[in-house]
This record gives sequence, structure tokens and C-alpha cells, in this order.
Amino acid sequence: MGEFAIEMLHITKRFAGIVANDDITLQLKKGEIHALLGENGAGKSTLMSVLFGLYQPEEGKIYKDGKEVEIRNPNDANDLGIGMVHQHFKLVECFSVLDNIILGMETTKGGLLKKDDARKKVMELSKRYHLQVEPDALIEDITVGMQQRTEILKMLYRDNEILIFDEPTAVLAVQEIAELMQIMKGLAAEGKSILFISHKLNEIMEVADRCTILRKGKYVGTVDIKDTTPEKLSAMMVGRDVSFKVNKKPAKPGRVVLDVSHMSVASNRHKKDAVHDVSFQVKSGEIVCVAGIDGNGQTELIYGLSGLEPLSNGTISLNGQDVTRESIRRRSILGTSHIPEDRHKHGLVLDYSLENNIVLERYFEPEFTDQFGLLKRKEIREYAQRLIEEYDVRSGQGAISVTRSMSGGNQQKAIIAREIDKNPDLLIAVQPTRGVDVGAIEFIHKQLIAQRDAGKAVLLVSLELDEVMDVPDRILVMYEGELVGEFKPEEITIEELGLYMTGAKRREQT
Amino acid sequence: MALLLQYTLIYASVLLLVALGGCFSEHSGVINLGLEGIMVMGALGGALVMKSMADLPALLMIVAVVFGSVLFGVVYSLLLAVAAIHLKADQTLVGTAMNLLGTAAATVFVKALNMAEDASNVSSSIQYIEQKKAFSLLKIGNFELSWFMVLAVALLVISHVVLYHTKFGLRLMACGEHPQAADSVGINVYKMRYAGVLISGMLGGIGGIVYITAGVSEWKFENGVAGFGFLALAVMIFGQWKPGLIAMAAVLFGLFRALSNVYSGFDVLAALPLPSTLYNMFPYMISLLVLAVFSGNSRAPKAEGIPYDKGKR
Repeated sequence: MGEFAIEMLHITKRFAGIVANDDITLQLKKGEIHALLGENGAGKSTLMSVLFGLYQPEEGKIYKDGKEVEIRNPNDANDLGIGMVHQHFKLVECFSVLDNIILGMETTKGGLLKKDDARKKVMELSKRYHLQVEPDALIEDITVGMQQRTEILKMLYRDNEILIFDEPTAVLAVQEIAELMQIMKGLAAEGKSILFISHKLNEIMEVADRCTILRKGKYVGTVDIKDTTPEKLSAMMVGRDVSFKVNKKPAKPGRVVLDVSHMSVASNRHKKDAVHDVSFQVKSGEIVCVAGIDGNGQTELIYGLSGLEPLSNGTISLNGQDVTRESIRRRSILGTSHIPEDRHKHGLVLDYSLENNIVLERYFEPEFTDQFGLLKRKEIREYAQRLIEEYDVRSGQGAISVTRSMSGGNQQKAIIAREIDKNPDLLIAVQPTRGVDVGAIEFIHKQLIAQRDAGKAVLLVSLELDEVMDVPDRILVMYEGELVGEFKPEEITIEELGLYMTGAKRREQT
Repeated sequence: MALLLQYTLIYASVLLLVALGGCFSEHSGVINLGLEGIMVMGALGGALVMKSMADLPALLMIVAVVFGSVLFGVVYSLLLAVAAIHLKADQTLVGTAMNLLGTAAATVFVKALNMAEDASNVSSSIQYIEQKKAFSLLKIGNFELSWFMVLAVALLVISHVVLYHTKFGLRLMACGEHPQAADSVGINVYKMRYAGVLISGMLGGIGGIVYITAGVSEWKFENGVAGFGFLALAVMIFGQWKPGLIAMAAVLFGLFRALSNVYSGFDVLAALPLPSTLYNMFPYMISLLVLAVFSGNSRAPKAEGIPYDKGKR
């Protein structure tokens, strides 16, 4: 028995035109947590797909416990004890937790399902690894955290020894992330080998033993976490130094751009208002951040501002003009840009080409539509190409790439390009850095600050405390649909902010 | 009264069988709008058996007829399976085409058959007065219990068990809800969808023969099955894709269909100044109403209608 559970040696995988993996080597030791770090499009997913049998590499070999193996499909991977928690869970929503775990590995007696033994095994695993689940609850009724624990149990139920976690923390709340880190450490302590795909450096620093870094399809290196720093890791990942600290000059707030007064938005889920009697202003030349724990009315606040949901009370005015009852398009024309929280649902038509998405809010303008109502395809193409270049939006085929095929970070860049280039007075950015890598985060923050310095009003909604502390000029804390405090970033600590966000403290607006 | 019960049950059996067929297909992720066509083909298969093997003893006759219907139904449903699963065609279009083709092909076939026997006979009818008697299990006064009713109930129980208590059912439903999830645990989505569609061909085919032997002793294939395939779809939706509820919905719809056959036997109804055509329209109007009211909050299998493509994220 060798030291390594899995060795992937000199893997090369080409797709039409691009080399997704170029001579990559990854060695996973038994019982270690090995992070795989890289920007969007660095080749992490391709490498994992090779390991999971979804792709066949052109060159390179895979060894399991020192023996060469061939992995032709996910079943082969499973037989070798390789399991994966996908970024988008592979769970059947109307099935129970237990049914999802046993699916594909069912035990039967006389042709009928027999779940007693399975239930016993699942509950044992659940207890042993502190993976608390309700076996009979339906997936659609449980939290994202519990869904993820179900996925982990699915791997353990199959006696997988090598566990791949594909960006597992992207969907979790702060508290759940801490829990997951504990679970991963527990699994490694029990001898499981874990591959942890991430681009969150603090998580890698906390949980991983070693880290392999990829950049643009190439192998950069493997380092011991105890010998490195986040700065070194990010420099290896991006190929240059990245500043974590956001550099900005003091704000020079000017006239009021957005004036929200006594705004309430009804909730879809319960009788109480999702947003209740909220008033605030955003001035030109400042970034105001709405901070809070997910689900405290931020989403509905933005729906109300963008026009996706009607207000039940109150008014919104933009540049002094009442827009409370205006349509979404009118608000957009009057100078609102919106980088939405859910880029797949509200930001992009995924099956459209990149250029069509880029022109989606402006196609009706004379610049892009002629007097007969026909689209000017040439102008649209040129416009899209300009934005693609300016904002460094990377895709397989440029302007005609299908948006669905692009990586999340580049999809987000496309939206940001579209929204900023519209030259709005008010830029609403909701979790603009969610699910994008360090390099892109830096880019997005710079863009927000550049917009502020150009005299725009920026309203940022964020769940990331670092972002809340670093980017804005003013912080509004939202708790259960109400604004419970307003601060300047320099006059409050993260700990104190946390107290407001959890409702432990509140103060009336000043 | 006995007649009403009998007709209700026999029509309910038809709807139950066909709706169960749709249920299997949709749980696997394939919308089967072609049930109407499958019923016609199943009916043709059964009718041909009756025509060509008129002298079989009763029990053998039943088995042979059911076998003929199943065979025709399954073979015909292969059209949908190949087009929708392998060629990734639009399932709504394929289903619609199957309905058009089903009635037309059956008519042409039966006409050709009739003309081959007697050149002056250009009808599209097949007669089975004598053969039909085999399906009668027992008679209590006016009420005639049909073997088909028993078969329908048996298949209902089997369907429920298969869907909810076997490995196959669990995997089938996973393919209709989240095929990527099924694939990731090593289930062959294509295979399961084939199974779903072919089972619907089987049940739809049986439904077809039960329908044409329900009230009459000869069938004119030009008429197709008068929208019963679509009624069965309504029953399936009203029954929330669950065999138990589907059975109840089938009885309800069966009752309305039966009324049109026997309403004149009820003095109260006969006295009403309503034209008989209104009673004929009942089941269809009810289905319209029911679907308008209930289809909004019904929960169809999530991935139905979407061809499965391994590569797509």
C-alpha cells in the first residue's frame, strides 16, 4: 500500500480548440484534506470530471492505491470508492432523505424494497460523522445544509473512501460553513481522503492539509498549508499579487439619487411584511451597503426597488421623480441598473448568445433597432465585442457563445458589463461577488468604487462581512424586514455588526 | 341502476388502465400525449385476435386478446420511445402525430382487410359479438362483471406496488424528477425511460380493447377512441400521478361517461328537457372544468418533457 489514495499523473484533456488540462498532476494522500484551488475556468471541474469518469483524458494515468486504473464512467468511479458532492446537488426533491441515499443501491427482499437495514446504516453513519438528518423528511422541505449532509451520507453509504467536494460552501450560510468544516475534519480523521475544490482562501487555510493550484489549465504547484499564507496562495492562483484590502478615497456624497420612504413589501411566504416601513437615501458618489443575514428581507427590498414586486406601502423616488408605480423597463431607462442576486433567474437568458444577453436591456434603442423594428445585428455584435474586451469576459466563442456554457464568474462579468455600461445614476448590486473567484472579486470591487468615484449612487447588498466592512461608505443593517442600524464602516467592528444582524441590538436610524 | 354501475365500472377501468399507462411514462420523464393512438392500436390488436381466432375457449380468448392488445400497444409506443428518448424529439409533437397516425393507420388496415375478404365491403368495422362473451365473468341480474374490471383492479394494485415499493419504481420516478441525479448514482436514464414508455404502451393497449368492447359488439375504427386517451390524461392529472387517486378520478369520469349510455333509464333524467348529446358531452366538459381548476396546483414530475442529455449542465 502506497502513501497515496489517488494519483493523477500528467493528465492532459483537450476540447475543440482549448487545452482544459495541460499536464496536471494531483496526488491525494490517504486521510488528508487536499484543496484544489484555481480561478473560474482554471480546469478544476475538468480535472474532477476526469477523475469521476465523465471525461477521458488524452494523456496521463490515474493510480488508485498504487495500481493503475481506468475510469470510464461514474459507475467505475463509484466502484473504486470515489464519491462526489456536486455543487448543484443531485437530489430528487420529492423523495425522502433516505430514498435519495439508497437510490441506485437499494436493498430488496422478494422484489420489494426493504429499507430497514439501509435506515440503520444511514443512522449509524449520521451519528458517527455528526451528519444530522431527518431520514423521512422530503428534500424539498429541508434546509440546504441538510441537503448537503444528505449528499455526504450518500457517499458514505456507498463506502466511498475518496470524497470530492465541489465548492461545497458556496450555498451555505456562515454557521453551516463552520459545521461543514468540522464534518470534513471528522471524515479525514476517520481515514477518508478528501478533495476540496474551492476558491475561498480562508476556508482552505482553515481546513486543508495541502493545496494544489491550477491556473489556466496548467499545474502551478502543490503546497503544504502550514507553510503558506493566503497572499501566497492567491498570487499562485492568479499569477500576480492580489490586494485584499480595497483601496479607495474618501467618498464625496452629492445630491440624493434614490429616496425610499416608508417602503413595505408583502411577503410571499407569510402574513408579515417581508420589508416593513423602510426609509433611506442613497446619494451620488457613495456606496451604501445593506448588510444582514440571508433571508431578512434584502431580496424583497431589491425586488421592490427594481420593480419585480409591487410595494404594499411607501414611495420610491429616483432623481426626485416618483417611480413607485413605474415598470421595470421605465426604471431602467430612468437610470437604474440592477445586478441581480440570482444571475440565472433574473440576470441572463442562459440559452441566448452572449451578445444577445449583453444587449438585452438596450435592444429597443435606436442604436440597435432600425426604423422598421429590425435588430441591427452588426451594431449589436460590435457593441458586445467592445464590452467583452473592456470587461475581460472570457468564453469559448466570444460574442456568439451560448451563455449557459460560460463559467459563473464570466457570466457575472457579462452582467456587470451590461449594467455599468448603461451609465446609470443608481447601480444596485446584489451579492455581486457570490460564487466568483478572488481575481474577479477584486475586479468587481474596483468597478463598484470606480462607479462611485464617477458620481453614481451605488446600493450594495452583501452577506459577506469582509465585503460589508471594506467596500461601502455607509452600512445599513437589515433584520427581519426592518432597518435596525446605520453605521460608517470605520465606527463599528465586525463583532458589533454581528449583534445587529442577529437582532441582539438595534438602534433607530439617525 | 345496475347498468349504470356496470358502465361506470367498465369505463372507469378503461380510464384507469390508460391513465396508469400515462403515469408510468410521465414518471419516467416522457410525456405521453400519444395514448389516444396507442389505445386505437391496442384495440386493433385485440380485435384482430378476436376476428382471426373466433373459436378459442373463453379463458384462452381473454389471454390471447390481451396479449394482442399489449403487443400492438407496446410496438406502437416504441415510436414515441425512439423519437423522444433517442432522437430527443419534441414529445408533444410526437404524441400528436401518433394520435393522427393511430386512427388513420387502423382504418386503412381494417378496410384493406375487409376488402380482401369481400371486395364490396369497404367498411372499417370489425365484429365480435360471439367472441365478446368470453369477457363476462359473472352476471347478477342486469349487472355483468367483466374480466377486464378484475384485470384493471389487479393492474392498479400492481402499479402501486411497483411504483412505491420496488427498486424499479424508485429509479423510474428519479428519472422523471431529476435524471442527472439518477445518472450520477449509476442508473441508466435512457433504459428507464424506455421502460416507462413501453409500460404505457402496454396499459394503453389493454385500455383500447376494453374500451371498444365496453358497450358495443363491433367497432368502426374510423371513430378512433373518441378522445378517451385525452380523458385518461385528465384523469392522470386529476389523480396527481398517483395510482390510488387516479383510480378515484377514473370512477368519477367513468360515471359521467356511463350516464350518457343509460340516462334514459332514469325517469328523473329522462324527464329533463335535455338533449342526449349533452350527456355525451359531459365527461369532456367535466375534464375541461377539472383541469382548469386543479391543474394549477398539481405537481407533475419535474423533468417530464425534457429530453435527457448527459452532457448538459
